[in-house]
Amino acid sequence: MTALAPAGVEATARITAVPDGLGGTRLPVLESDGPLALRRTRGAGAYARVTVVGAMSAPLGGDRLAIEAGVRDGAALTVDSAAATVALPGRGGRPARYDVRLTAGAGACLRWLPEPLISARGSDLRMTTRVELAACARLVLREEQVLGRYGEETGTLTTRLTVHRAGRPLLDQELAYGPGAPGGWDGAAVLGGNRAAGQLLVVRPEFEHSPPETALLGDNGVLTPLAGPAVLVTAVAADALGLRRVLDRALRTFG
Amino acid sequence: MDTTSTHGASPGAARAALLVLADGRFPAGGHAHSGGAEAAVKAGRIREATDLAAFCRGRLHTSGLTSAALAAAAAAGADPLALDEAADARTPSPALRATARKLGRQLMRAARAAWPCDALDALAAARPRGAHQPVVLGVTARAAGLGPEDAAHCVAYESVGGPATAVVRLLGLDPFEATAVLARLAPELDQVARRAAEAGRRALTEGPGTLPAASAPLLDITAQAHAAWPVRLFAS
Amino acid sequence: MHLDHSHDTTTAVSADAARPDGTRRALRIGLGGPVGSGKTATVAALCRALRDTFSIAVVTNDIYTREDAEFLLRNAVLPPERIQAVETGACPHTAIRDDISANLEAVEDLEDAVGPLDLILVESGGDNLTATFSKGLVDAQVFVIDVAGGDDIPRKGGPGVTTADLLVVNKTDLAPYVGSDLGRMARDAQDQRGELPVAFTSLTSGEGVKPVADWVRARLAAWSA
Repeated sequence: MTALAPAGVEATARITAVPDGLGGTRLPVLESDGPLALRRTRGAGAYARVTVVGAMSAPLGGDRLAIEAGVRDGAALTVDSAAATVALPGRGGRPARYDVRLTAGAGACLRWLPEPLISARGSDLRMTTRVELAACARLVLREEQVLGRYGEETGTLTTRLTVHRAGRPLLDQELAYGPGAPGGWDGAAVLGGNRAAGQLLVVRPEFEHSPPETALLGDNGVLTPLAGPAVLVTAVAADALGLRRVLDRALRTFG
Repeated sequence: MDTTSTHGASPGAARAALLVLADGRFPAGGHAHSGGAEAAVKAGRIREATDLAAFCRGRLHTSGLTSAALAAAAAAGADPLALDEAADARTPSPALRATARKLGRQLMRAARAAWPCDALDALAAARPRGAHQPVVLGVTARAAGLGPEDAAHCVAYESVGGPATAVVRLLGLDPFEATAVLARLAPELDQVARRAAEAGRRALTEGPGTLPAASAPLLDITAQAHAAWPVRLFAS
Repeated sequence: MHLDHSHDTTTAVSADAARPDGTRRALRIGLGGPVGSGKTATVAALCRALRDTFSIAVVTNDIYTREDAEFLLRNAVLPPERIQAVETGACPHTAIRDDISANLEAVEDLEDAVGPLDLILVESGGDNLTATFSKGLVDAQVFVIDVAGGDDIPRKGGPGVTTADLLVVNKTDLAPYVGSDLGRMARDAQDQRGELPVAFTSLTSGEGVKPVADWVRARLAAWSA
């Protein structure tokens, strides 16, 4: 599956989670590919857990990476990562792609909690995350974008997070930062000089009838109920640590 | 009074109607909204014209583009209710969803007086508490004989015109400077409107999911805080 | 022109005298005038004088807060669901005259929320002497000035003083202290206004608002006739 062409790496890692019939979850499909190495790690309760191990620094310019995770009806899966993902420039100066495709079926639970994505100077990454949820699926999803390693200028980073529930749009958000982004991304409307931005999305069917109330999380974070049965935490911070602090507050409540 | 004349025009052929619709005096409630500028001023993020320029540029390329594309799609004839749903998914802040629907309802009132037609009546009946303002604007543009580019231009301009006017009132900023900020953004406004119009047309065949969803974290965050202020000059 | 087209409307456009279901809607009276002349106090006194006879609601147009609405709430002149604040983006005259869309919404929302009303008082935020209400928003308007603002205000005229359906000169009890000549104010007002009525009030006494309340009663009688 891995193609090591001069154009860059093309790799797709796959996970499928199904109920094991004993109240737990098993993983009939657990396919690592190229730089995306998957390890089954110790889960909690009904959850199976998979940790993405960064076998090499990725994605590099020109790479096309993807992860597909499917949680079938009644299964429960946590996916996290061992370290931050660092987008680095490739030799040709071409953009890299990183596509995450997640599905969760009826009564399924998915916790997608990777470490931050760091946009290193000179890199150009286009990331998409597409989530398809059944009406009664549950989701906790975290995304963090960090612009530049410590003291470094940022690369160019665009992300799009699209979540559908029962076939209807629930959340659609595109972010674009860095030298290749349209103007104003660092101004008072978008980041205001902050270098880390993040989202924590929690989808629960019961929010349909009792949605959590809006809550301000300090000066630069907010928890908002969406039009559908979900809440989104949106936060910006000077650095990754400050951002995680805000998102963790909400994760403790809703995780 | 003959009200059928606008309906005979081919879409996109009208021009004066665009001036009427885009006029800051068009009575659709926009004057009471700062587009997030009041919160940015209070936080100290906008102090002078250069900050205003960065704010407007960021807003234009994020929520401005997203809204312009929704309007363009509506003007092109896409299903307004599907677009309204797409707008909800693109607006995570309840305060901003409420503002968009309130302004949509106010625009609907003015639009039905100016360009009465079945499409506006149908949308008003389906969303009596207001559809998202860009969707109403797109349907209005179509009723006025305007095309997707016109609707996109109108919304893109609104996305920066409102904050610029508000900052003049909030900071006592020199109005000439504020106008110069808008004038210098004109080429980018054209660019955003073109992109939005293309996306709007594409949405006719490929669905609203293909429309841009560009968002601005600080606008979403500060809108909620602003909505809770006991004392403020602007409604949003 | 909206009356000419055949489309069914789900909401009334502007000042159509009937509700969408064909019944006569509430009479809307606007109250405007300079800052501090006693508009909110007049609204509060009117509510107290009329609330037992009529079903009333109030829309306030504050400059930058909900202060006037809060004042009315604190003084419990009406239940909270009968008071709505419109935010005006620092320009109350725009919200009552040039772009009345938010006020029309507030008026409709009140009728939806608390049922058929007899009277809706629309109070403008304090503004200057040129601020008047759109005929698309109100059926009649009251302009409130006070003796402490200077007894030459009626002579100076301006759209509010000249054209309002009722001119109220408030705080007459202060006239001796601020050197205002009530007789002169009355003569000047008549010169400017011809047959249009003028009421002199002092809201410090319990019955102080009576001339205004009587005028409102007469308008209500004419409206529902």
